[in-house]
Amino acid sequence: MTTIKYRLLKDRLFFYIICGISSLTLIPLGSIIWELIRKGIKQINFSFFMEVAPSTLDAMLAKTSGESIPGGIANGIIGTLIIVTMASIIAIPIGIFGGIQLAENSKSKLSSLVRFVTELLNGIPSIVLGMIAYAWIVKPVTTGYSALAGSVALAIMMLPLIVRTTEESIKMLPTSLKEAALALGASYSTTIIRVILPSAMSGLFTGILLAISRVMGETAPLLLTALGSSVISLDVSKPSSAIPLLIWEFYNDPYLIDMIWSSSLFLLMLILIFNLIAKRISKKWRIQ
Amino acid sequence: MKDQLFKIALILSSLLIVFLMGGIIFSLVSGGIPAFVEYGINFIFSSEWNPNPDSEQYGALPFISGTLMTSFLALLFCIPLSFPIALFTGDYFKGTKIASFVGTMVDLLAGIPSIVYGLWGFYTLRPFIINMGLSQQGFGVFTSAIVLTIMIIPYATSLSSEFIKMVPNDLKEAAYALGATKLEVVQNVIFPSAGSGIFASFVLALGRALGETMAVTMLIGNVNIVPNSIFSSGNTMASVIANQFGEAEGIKLSSLIAIGLLLFVITAIVNALGRLIIKKLSV
Amino acid sequence: MNIENPVLEIKDLCVSYSEGKYAVKNVNAKVEKNSITAIMGPSGCGKSTLLRAINRMHDLYPEIKIEGRVTINDKNLYQINPMRVRKMAGMVFQRPNPFPSMSIYDNVIAGYILNGIKLKKKEKDEIVERCLKNVSLWDEVKDSLHKKGIFLSGGQQQRLCIARSIALEPEILLMDEPTSALDPIATGKIEDLLLELKKKFTIVIVTHNMSQAARISDNSMFMYLGDLVEYDNTKKMFTNPSDKRTEQYLTGQFG
Repeated sequence: MTTIKYRLLKDRLFFYIICGISSLTLIPLGSIIWELIRKGIKQINFSFFMEVAPSTLDAMLAKTSGESIPGGIANGIIGTLIIVTMASIIAIPIGIFGGIQLAENSKSKLSSLVRFVTELLNGIPSIVLGMIAYAWIVKPVTTGYSALAGSVALAIMMLPLIVRTTEESIKMLPTSLKEAALALGASYSTTIIRVILPSAMSGLFTGILLAISRVMGETAPLLLTALGSSVISLDVSKPSSAIPLLIWEFYNDPYLIDMIWSSSLFLLMLILIFNLIAKRISKKWRIQ
Repeated sequence: MKDQLFKIALILSSLLIVFLMGGIIFSLVSGGIPAFVEYGINFIFSSEWNPNPDSEQYGALPFISGTLMTSFLALLFCIPLSFPIALFTGDYFKGTKIASFVGTMVDLLAGIPSIVYGLWGFYTLRPFIINMGLSQQGFGVFTSAIVLTIMIIPYATSLSSEFIKMVPNDLKEAAYALGATKLEVVQNVIFPSAGSGIFASFVLALGRALGETMAVTMLIGNVNIVPNSIFSSGNTMASVIANQFGEAEGIKLSSLIAIGLLLFVITAIVNALGRLIIKKLSV
Repeated sequence: MNIENPVLEIKDLCVSYSEGKYAVKNVNAKVEKNSITAIMGPSGCGKSTLLRAINRMHDLYPEIKIEGRVTINDKNLYQINPMRVRKMAGMVFQRPNPFPSMSIYDNVIAGYILNGIKLKKKEKDEIVERCLKNVSLWDEVKDSLHKKGIFLSGGQQQRLCIARSIALEPEILLMDEPTSALDPIATGKIEDLLLELKKKFTIVIVTHNMSQAARISDNSMFMYLGDLVEYDNTKKMFTNPSDKRTEQYLTGQFG
């Protein structure tokens, strides 16, 4: 049957299927966000941010006496802050310089190798990177679980994204910019550092924010490196808490389990905010 | 002078990245070799996983099969879902606000951390599956695969969408001018033209699924058997590492690292395959 | 043609992009101080290549080979540091390219900033005001000096780029088709500006528009397939060209 009517009917049907399935994406998204908000919002208050996570004992006592569980996730928040900041400090300089190399010497053999390796690094499962950081830092350097090891694992995850966005941002600049700087008598390094990088700054910044939002929610590598801690510690050679690690601890503890919702909601909100900021900067920059 | 230093800095950071990769491979191989020496190639095919110090014996088959089953099942579920969404944003409503909205929603899905997916899977999906009578406990390959599907849809969709957008307008217009319906244009113009790209995006999505840890760990059941049906419980390479790495020593540690090495190799091959296809396309 | 006061001298200059392929062949010329010299010719004749050989922009590309001599005030440009050369010969490009990350103010003194030359605030203010006035941009931007330069119109951006070049007080201003991306009104303003600027600077301008050469230049070079075919006083060349090829070009027989 190839009458026009039949073909149009098939076409219509397919169209409805396409629209239907596309709206299906909203279901899990909506469900997840709704569940988190519904169960988590009531626990977010001032002490949520200020106090450290309650121990099993505290929670058990509170439950049996009918009180609400004390404490918050301050140790997780500070831990995440410290670990992600350190990871950024490690990854950003290497990533930017790597990206400059790829943009400026695009065709060289070294650049092809770096590009290949960067793509390879990008695909490594985060748990494997956790094992690596364990082998390189936990055992030999800090002789024990540490925030530093966690940062190294996350830094390796951030690196490919930063290299790639740096390379792309620089390549998008007009060549006459570099020539104009050189024509004023500037040296090559000055041209890159004082003209090219600042001009590509929004692209770079977007890449960094996206890399941060990607690693903020990672649990697996931290299980093997930072391990978790019940206190707020500024000593990076010691174990540290982090928001995803706390969620995992709460999940595994029958008395603390109610706290998973508020912490997950908070984590999700954080990631969302970074993502939205990154998108806005990228949009503004593209218009330029 | 400053220029020399600067150029050296560029080369050093590049070399650092390369040596980083080399170091990772070296550590995985040297850490995992003892397990292969001890058990030989049988390591990959053995289902014995016995941490009892009297009769230690380790084999990776349950985990390898668990990883492969969950990931391929997720890919299977993902294809009929991603492809329509990619068509939605890449052709049907290309460039419109609604496509942009759907695109943003899909990006949001990509941003949700693995552990949150695990929680959702445990508290929302699992009861649903139990209620449907599909499984008693709700754990297993099927449940994990569903969550994995949702997690990899954003990757497959955004890449496929890009390839669909790249189909030249004049090709589509030529078909319309001959009286084709939209569906016919999809089948006869878009699909052949963007087909390899779409295939590549699914391959890359598979690569993503293979390495997933937290969500799967919370839903797979953590039973060290080779799953005999999609509703049976099991375990994956990433999960066993996450669960048993702490405190592991000696041959057990080496076995876990060997599993990590296998996982690394499998994901690297799948990812390289996907990117190779894409590279062939842009030539 | 007799040049009384040569400031720029080009001798036996050859530029090749690969073995045996020459983009510029054996150019010999002296450029008069405080004049406007136009370089014209059809596409691919080597005019931009010649211009860029003067401020050593070809140094960026190792596969390009230069033979011959270029001197400014008898100093051999290829024997001194290229960064010094570029302070002696400033360049303005076809597409206006103010630095997007710098304000208008900073763009004008960019030459000093990028060369690490520290100036006192008073000196900086003075240079900015003087140069912007010299390019007739001061009144238009004096209230928004600290805004970014990319919000200006094309013509204003190009004048800003010219201000940026003259701030370093070069001997020579090299201009590579500076008005081809601008509308006729902006072009006219810049041409008037060049006529003013030649009192202080020596200008060499590559142009694809022969009427522009006729309008503003004192002397003109005609290039064809890498050769400097004719170099003479503009009025004389346009009314009575010596070479047949020049005449063919000027009468539009080839573009």
